[in-house]
Amino acid sequence: MAQATFRVWRGASGGQFHDYTADVVPGMVVLDAIHQIQATQAGDLACRWNCKAGKCGSCSAEINGKPRLMCMTRLNDLPLDEPVTVEPMKAFPPIRDLVTDVSWNYTVKKKIKPFKARKPDAPDGTWRMSQSDVDRVQEFRKCIECFLCQDVCHVLREHALHPEFIGPRFLVYTAALEMHPLDDEDRLADLKGDHGIGYCNITGCCTKVCPEEITITENAIIPLKERVVDRFYDPVKRLFRVFSG
Amino acid sequence: MEYETHDYDVLVVGAGGAGLRAAIEASAGGVKVGLLCKSLLGKAHTVMAEGGIAAALANVDDRDNWKVHFSDTMRGGQYVNNWRMAELHAKEAPDRVRELEAWGAVFDRTTDGRILQRNFGGHRYPRLAHVGDRTGLEMIRTLQDHGVHRGMDVHMEFTVVSLLKDGGRIAGVFGYERERGRFKVFRASAVILATGGLGRAYRITSNSWEGTGDGHSLAYHSGAELIDMEFIQFHPTGMIWPPSVQGILVTEGVRGEGGILVNKEGRRFMFDDIPEPYRNQTADNEDEGWRYTQGDKSARRPPELLTRDHVARCINREVREGRGSPHGGVFLDIAWIRKRMQNSEEHIRRKLPSMYHQFKQLADIDITKEAMEVGPTTHYVMGGVRVDADSQMSNVPGLFAAGECAAGINGANRLGGNSLSDLLVFGKRAGEYAAQYAREHPRPAFDLAQADEAAHLAVQPFEPGRSENPYTIQHELQGAMQELVGIVRQENEMVTALEVVEKLSTRAATAAVHGHREYNPGWHTALDLRHLLTVSEAIARCAIERRESRGGHFREDYPEKVSEFGKVNMVVRKTATGSMELQRVPLAEMPPELKQVIEENK
Ligand SMILES: Cc1cc2nc3c(=O)[nH]c(=O)nc-3n(C[C@H](O)[C@H](O)[C@H](O)COP(=O)(O)OP(=O)(O)OC[C@H]3O[C@@H](n4cnc5c(N)ncnc54)[C@H](O)[C@@H]3O)c2cc1C
Ligand code: SF4
Ligand code: SF4
Ligand code: FES
Repeated sequence: MAQATFRVWRGASGGQFHDYTADVVPGMVVLDAIHQIQATQAGDLACRWNCKAGKCGSCSAEINGKPRLMCMTRLNDLPLDEPVTVEPMKAFPPIRDLVTDVSWNYTVKKKIKPFKARKPDAPDGTWRMSQSDVDRVQEFRKCIECFLCQDVCHVLREHALHPEFIGPRFLVYTAALEMHPLDDEDRLADLKGDHGIGYCNITGCCTKVCPEEITITENAIIPLKERVVDRFYDPVKRLFRVFSG
Repeated sequence: MEYETHDYDVLVVGAGGAGLRAAIEASAGGVKVGLLCKSLLGKAHTVMAEGGIAAALANVDDRDNWKVHFSDTMRGGQYVNNWRMAELHAKEAPDRVRELEAWGAVFDRTTDGRILQRNFGGHRYPRLAHVGDRTGLEMIRTLQDHGVHRGMDVHMEFTVVSLLKDGGRIAGVFGYERERGRFKVFRASAVILATGGLGRAYRITSNSWEGTGDGHSLAYHSGAELIDMEFIQFHPTGMIWPPSVQGILVTEGVRGEGGILVNKEGRRFMFDDIPEPYRNQTADNEDEGWRYTQGDKSARRPPELLTRDHVARCINREVREGRGSPHGGVFLDIAWIRKRMQNSEEHIRRKLPSMYHQFKQLADIDITKEAMEVGPTTHYVMGGVRVDADSQMSNVPGLFAAGECAAGINGANRLGGNSLSDLLVFGKRAGEYAAQYAREHPRPAFDLAQADEAAHLAVQPFEPGRSENPYTIQHELQGAMQELVGIVRQENEMVTALEVVEKLSTRAATAAVHGHREYNPGWHTALDLRHLLTVSEAIARCAIERRESRGGHFREDYPEKVSEFGKVNMVVRKTATGSMELQRVPLAEMPPELKQVIEENK
């Protein structure tokens, strides 16, 4: 049977790579190799996973240096004549092996003003929306919270500006709320202020790694930036607001 | 020993749809609520649900109402359901779905802007509110994002190992947090189990590592009764090739959108065997079936949309009789609809985006152009904790259960879409009644010796001189259940299964774990074994005792339904000596009004 070498990060900050050999079967993904290693060679190898089908966003890691979902990375897309490196995401504090502390993301999300529905459209308390309105936000609502985009964004990864910038995932989340056909809340001041949208310089790296193929930069971040600019920097509108209170 | 201890009025174990909905409701009841889950928040099984939420909103077909939904659920469950739960479910599901929309969920729409509903097996009218094929993600995200602003405390990556009691009543839970492996105690007046299913007892399953039947087993070991454990749902369409994806679900929505099942001879074999109770409602030709999936109200549903137990058995038969696909399944074809509509490729991608993605990436198959290969996969457990229909409380005071780990609503077979609605309806009820219970009862006291004992057991796998690999034991158990207590069952095989379970239990007691307690999956696997072994034993015992075939339970040695068994549930409980006891308990008599509802909808 064909075999491949997996160079897997073991331990936390002071850890190191360790080589394991795994049998390769057709259709196999990196997560299968990790499971095989767990079951036969390293019972305590830590990783997260749930769905094994790219739906839950648990199994994020860096494979051959690229942020990816382990369950959706096929071995036949990787060069197997050299070791496949598997290491944890770098933008978050390591816990052990492939597991990182992503709790910051949950804290950030809680700071974003939640959905607030406008008054119902019909007497029975329900709303009417057209499918085209729905389609517009679907793209953002597909997010599986794998945090790979957070991992790759230089503002977080290299500059560690976690306290000042919510990161691409939560710009997508804000976009989903702001463009929600029923939402009545206003998040633009937060975006400009505490949420630090200005830190994003539209490198597009987040879009490239998103396993859900969300066009994060063009469809979520740029429109939000435009709204912020319209509100806070457009002189005519500002004057208008001064006079209209 | 001393433990970090937290106090709550209501403690919810599990953060899938049921647990989140329960926690939201309990918080609304003005009590202090804690929520525990094994994974990160938002990753529970519910996130994977694809097809939709069943609720008689009647947005697409105005002939629908709770009575039809109720009758469909009872027929699907072959009348051993808890009729009161089925009634509450059918009546309350529409409000629960509308409430999700008020909390921000975005569903696909009808042309007049209301929530769109799709066809699913066993539902007479288009009934499933959905968002493409990622309804579970929409639901869990909505509940999670709404819930975290409701004041509950969430403790993620925390696994409950045992329940604590104060005399007869529930007093809290004991468990460990993954990151550091530290033990903690949660004291609570009421505990709601919302731990989901047990698919991991089988080798081929759509369930994640979490589905180890923890809630079933925790409840059982603390004195609660389980019912209907013989009823396991094998979903007819799981992926079968390549090996790495075996078991991963292919949503029934594929068939709802017009997908057909064919064998290697190209025959649509589902037309060959239509059970009597469904004959009036099932199309007898391909054209009528197609028209049904496209919303023609005068057409009857295609046989691919018969109940899951039946479709799974038909696939099994085709494969056994040598008419299967190359990798031991059958073909599921949605690409064929290009014969019936223009832009079929785009249509499929829009209606079934995640299926498109899943096959493209994992199996190199473009479902808009080629047929998929599918076969049955262990998907759902109808059995679970026996609860009071209205309050969801078990026979242990203060211990509630909701969602997949509770039983009653589904009887012998669950209809697709009825789980997500079940989570909402009974999650809410459990939250409401648990809060009420907590308000009416003082905080319990308990003896920490219970925690000490659990802690002692939990660290045993680290003791020197042990050698059993917990992964191997798990693997062997899964193989035995798959082979011996699977889709087609026989008494002698199941007796063998019980022997295997017993042997594996002995070996599990000497499971060895290497390394330390910090985020150690070997240790977690070792601790989950007790739950898996408990539920496997319960499944096999109940399945042996039910000497007939009904719904998810098919006996080759008793292939017919037996009316005597249609009047009872199998109840399992733990005796004082620690052995498992089984009892046939008569179903409650259905009130005449409900009988009439069923009669009218025959
Ligand atoms: C692929 C797939 C598709 C599906 N599609 C549909 C569909 O379209 N429509 C439908 O109605 N149903 C569908 N189902 C079924 C449905 O999704 C599940 O039955 C349902 O989500 C179960 O929800 P739950 O809230 O009961 O539990 P789950 O969502 O399984 O959540 C269980 C929770 O309990 C926690 N837990 C478990 N044990 C412990 C412990 N010991 N300590 C602490 N926490 C614990 C877990 O961490 C998790 O948070 C589908 C299922 C699958 C697998
Ligand atoms: S586009 Fe903005 S958010 Fe995305 S990676 Fe670049 S800087 Fe970060
Ligand atoms: S936006 Fe994409 S990359 Fe970022 S968390 Fe969501 S799914 Fe992952
Ligand atoms: S395991 Fe769910 S995305 Fe990989």
